[in-house]
Amino acid sequence: MNRYPVWKYAIIVIALLLGVVYTLPNFFGEAPAVQVSSGKATIKVDTGTLQKVEDALKGAGVTAQSIALEGGSIRARFDSTDEQLKAKDAVQKALIPDAADPQFVVALNLVSRSPAWLTGLHAAPMYLGLDLRGGVHFMLQVDMQAALTQRVESLTGDLRSLLREKDIRHGGISRNGQTIEIRLRDAQQLGAAKNLIAAQFADLQTQDVADGNEFRLSASIKPEAARKVQEQALKQNITTLHNRINELGVAEPVIQQQGLDRIVVQLPGVQDTAKAKDILGRTATLEVRMVDESTEARAAEQAGGIVPFGAERYLEREGRPLIVKKQVVLTGDNLTDAQPGFDNQTQEPVVNLTLDAKGARIFKDVTRDNIGKRMAIILFEKGKGEVVTAPVIRGEIGGGRVQISGRMSTTEANDTALLLRAGSLAAPMEIIEERTIGPSLGAENIAKGFNSVTWGFLVIVAFMCIYYAMFGLFSGIALGVNLLFLVAILSMLQATLTLPGMAAMALALGMAIDSNVLINERVREELRNGVSPQAAIHAGYDRAWATIFDSNITTLIAGVALLAFGSGPVRGFAVVHCIGILTSMFSAVFFSRGLVNLWYGSKKKLKSVSIGTVWRPEGGTAVKAD
Amino acid sequence: MEFFKIKKDIPFMKNALVFNAISFVTFALAVFFLFSRGLHLSVEFTGGTLMEVSYSQPADLQKVRATVGTLGFSEVQVQNFGSARDVMIRLPAQKGVSSAQQSEKVLTALKADNPEVMLRRTEFVGPQVGDELAEDGLKALAFVVIGIVIYLAVRFEWKFAVSAIIANLHDVVIILGFFAFFQWEFSLAVLAAVLAVLGYSVNESVVIFDRIRENFRRYRKMNTVEVIDNAITSTISRTIITHGSTQIMVLSMLLFGGETLHYFAMALTIGICFGIYSSVFVAAAIAMWLGIEREDLIKPIKKDNDPTDENAGAVV
Repeated sequence: MNRYPVWKYAIIVIALLLGVVYTLPNFFGEAPAVQVSSGKATIKVDTGTLQKVEDALKGAGVTAQSIALEGGSIRARFDSTDEQLKAKDAVQKALIPDAADPQFVVALNLVSRSPAWLTGLHAAPMYLGLDLRGGVHFMLQVDMQAALTQRVESLTGDLRSLLREKDIRHGGISRNGQTIEIRLRDAQQLGAAKNLIAAQFADLQTQDVADGNEFRLSASIKPEAARKVQEQALKQNITTLHNRINELGVAEPVIQQQGLDRIVVQLPGVQDTAKAKDILGRTATLEVRMVDESTEARAAEQAGGIVPFGAERYLEREGRPLIVKKQVVLTGDNLTDAQPGFDNQTQEPVVNLTLDAKGARIFKDVTRDNIGKRMAIILFEKGKGEVVTAPVIRGEIGGGRVQISGRMSTTEANDTALLLRAGSLAAPMEIIEERTIGPSLGAENIAKGFNSVTWGFLVIVAFMCIYYAMFGLFSGIALGVNLLFLVAILSMLQATLTLPGMAAMALALGMAIDSNVLINERVREELRNGVSPQAAIHAGYDRAWATIFDSNITTLIAGVALLAFGSGPVRGFAVVHCIGILTSMFSAVFFSRGLVNLWYGSKKKLKSVSIGTVWRPEGGTAVKAD
Repeated sequence: MEFFKIKKDIPFMKNALVFNAISFVTFALAVFFLFSRGLHLSVEFTGGTLMEVSYSQPADLQKVRATVGTLGFSEVQVQNFGSARDVMIRLPAQKGVSSAQQSEKVLTALKADNPEVMLRRTEFVGPQVGDELAEDGLKALAFVVIGIVIYLAVRFEWKFAVSAIIANLHDVVIILGFFAFFQWEFSLAVLAAVLAVLGYSVNESVVIFDRIRENFRRYRKMNTVEVIDNAITSTISRTIITHGSTQIMVLSMLLFGGETLHYFAMALTIGICFGIYSSVFVAAAIAMWLGIEREDLIKPIKKDNDPTDENAGAVV
């Protein structure tokens, strides 16, 4: 009766194997490494870069343990931190000739020492949270109201120029909060304006305002359009943050959306919060200017002569200089969107820009007057400008829709659109939560969590072995297996392990032994009632299961509540807590039964089982059952 | 080895009134301290800035306090954290001043005093986040309570569900009472511990209820009081051993977990100790007062001694 079919043992063996494989990477520790990733959207890390890095290392006489290109970044592993620092300097010198204009991010990092075959199985060590490895954590709140107001403002301008274009007379358009109010002369004009809005402004909904003898129309942004504006604002802010954080040289930054209007930024290893905050809050601007095409300017461009008065020299992305007039035609404030696309006729990759009403008007005038000349789009960051693109004006461009084309690949079009969009934040942000953890504190926290788990585990196992003898040993092994599964699943999911998570691990083990105590006590009780050993084991496991299930469900309810409503540290706790409850049901019941069956199941005439003292009140004296 | 050699059922229910009185007094005291002293909420709930700095020598708290005091913050708390060399500084949230400015100002001032000071950790929480966390905490508590009541009502009977949740909420209030009385810091981690302990100690009550149901079925001649006494007596060894082993883990956290896990482990310790008490002495007694009877648990169609009967539960 206490025998498992082969398939049950097979499940146990497979689960154990998986558990061991995915837990293994945690034992190899981490090696110092240098990580090279792209510093700009337009630069890609490829095999060419890898070759350069290898050459640089050879040149500096540093040998890397391993060097590989994976997931858009190069990681070189070293034996010691000394070599790591030397390597970083060498790579930096080779890849970044101009420190003011970094094309790559060269950062120090720690990489798992686990062998290649484990990495090939996607087995990686647990992902440590900031409180265990040190770093900064920010939570930023995006001011969505500002984003909406900005959008309504630009729509107001568009509406004004369109009404004028269509010759609909109005007595004034104004923005009142997030609604546009239009005063009109008569009912006919009102109707015309309404139709126009319905036809041309998909984002707006209109409403008549009865106001005595006045004809007034109020337009507001549709809820679904408002949602889209907010989503875009958030997405754009995240992109912008990505670009800025690249400059900090952080190996594995985390930039994530949280909820509808929040962004979480985590920078492991960064200690200089002030600089991080400075960079996060920086604003980049976009400017459109005309290229100076005078002969002096040409000369200055080619030979590097004196830049003519009223002009400035900027570098193009390829590094060629370009002389641009100082007068600004348009700024990024007038740009509402930039998207990559394809030309209708030539099928060439292009970037489509959308300007607001004011920008469109200016753009129309400028392009009409400057056909055949070049205009430059310059991105300013940290007070340093770079020419993103400098196309030739082919004809007058009206309507605020601008297409940039010319010898661009699809990737380049994507990158340019990204750069243009990323120029500035779509909506202002505010830091609402901030945490800095020093690196020494992180290491201490790991040690504390590790010690808590280890000592608690050892004492419990020792107690179980003494109190329940052989069954206690089985329980102890099951508890160890539980820990193995817990670590394996956490490594597999790459869930973030925090100090509260380690506390949850300890607590999960403390609670998991509950199931084994239930079983062992029940088996003892059956024995006390004079049942044969085999039947006692069978009844003990069967009967205890319902209680184990019930008690785990109530604990799980609490865990799920924490997962659903908790944030930050509580979430870290809840994830481990919930996984721990699930693994404990497997290891404490299914696995430990397997052990017991393996040990006792085959013995037909089992006289006694080793489960400590089975005390019988009837006799008044203790009867040793083993 | 066997710790529990009990020959006769212990008449718990005879003294139920005494136990309930003790519970009520502890509970009343906890509520009293909660209202008179209030919880010492952490920065996570109140909003504000928390800094942990360390010195190479034992820190002079008076001097640190004086230095920070000159910066013009209204309410500053300066205390040791863990060791004499580590100092924790708590600054209240200020309107218009960003966190970065606050913590940097303090650090610059401290550095001017003693260049050896090292920033170990800062934490800033905006006031809007704090309110949300408090709200989410209450929501989570409500979710746990309702979830457990529904589960127990379906699995057993509403009288059991109500008495189990009353008994265990009484534990929660007592934990909070301890935190209010000693003015220990109530942080998010402590909240997590409180909820985890709520889910955990309810299962104590579940085990006893399981046994009560089984006894009603098995010993037809026993009256309700005897059935409950027998159920508690026969499960007490298991109750104490499981709680003991969980407590070993918690104790290990208390000893090795350091300052960060200290109050977390503390909340668990109180929760586990009172969890035993309340599920043994309070939950069953309340069920008895609510008038639990054989008919409440034994359905008209009986399947006695059917091992596959899921409702039979387990008795340990």
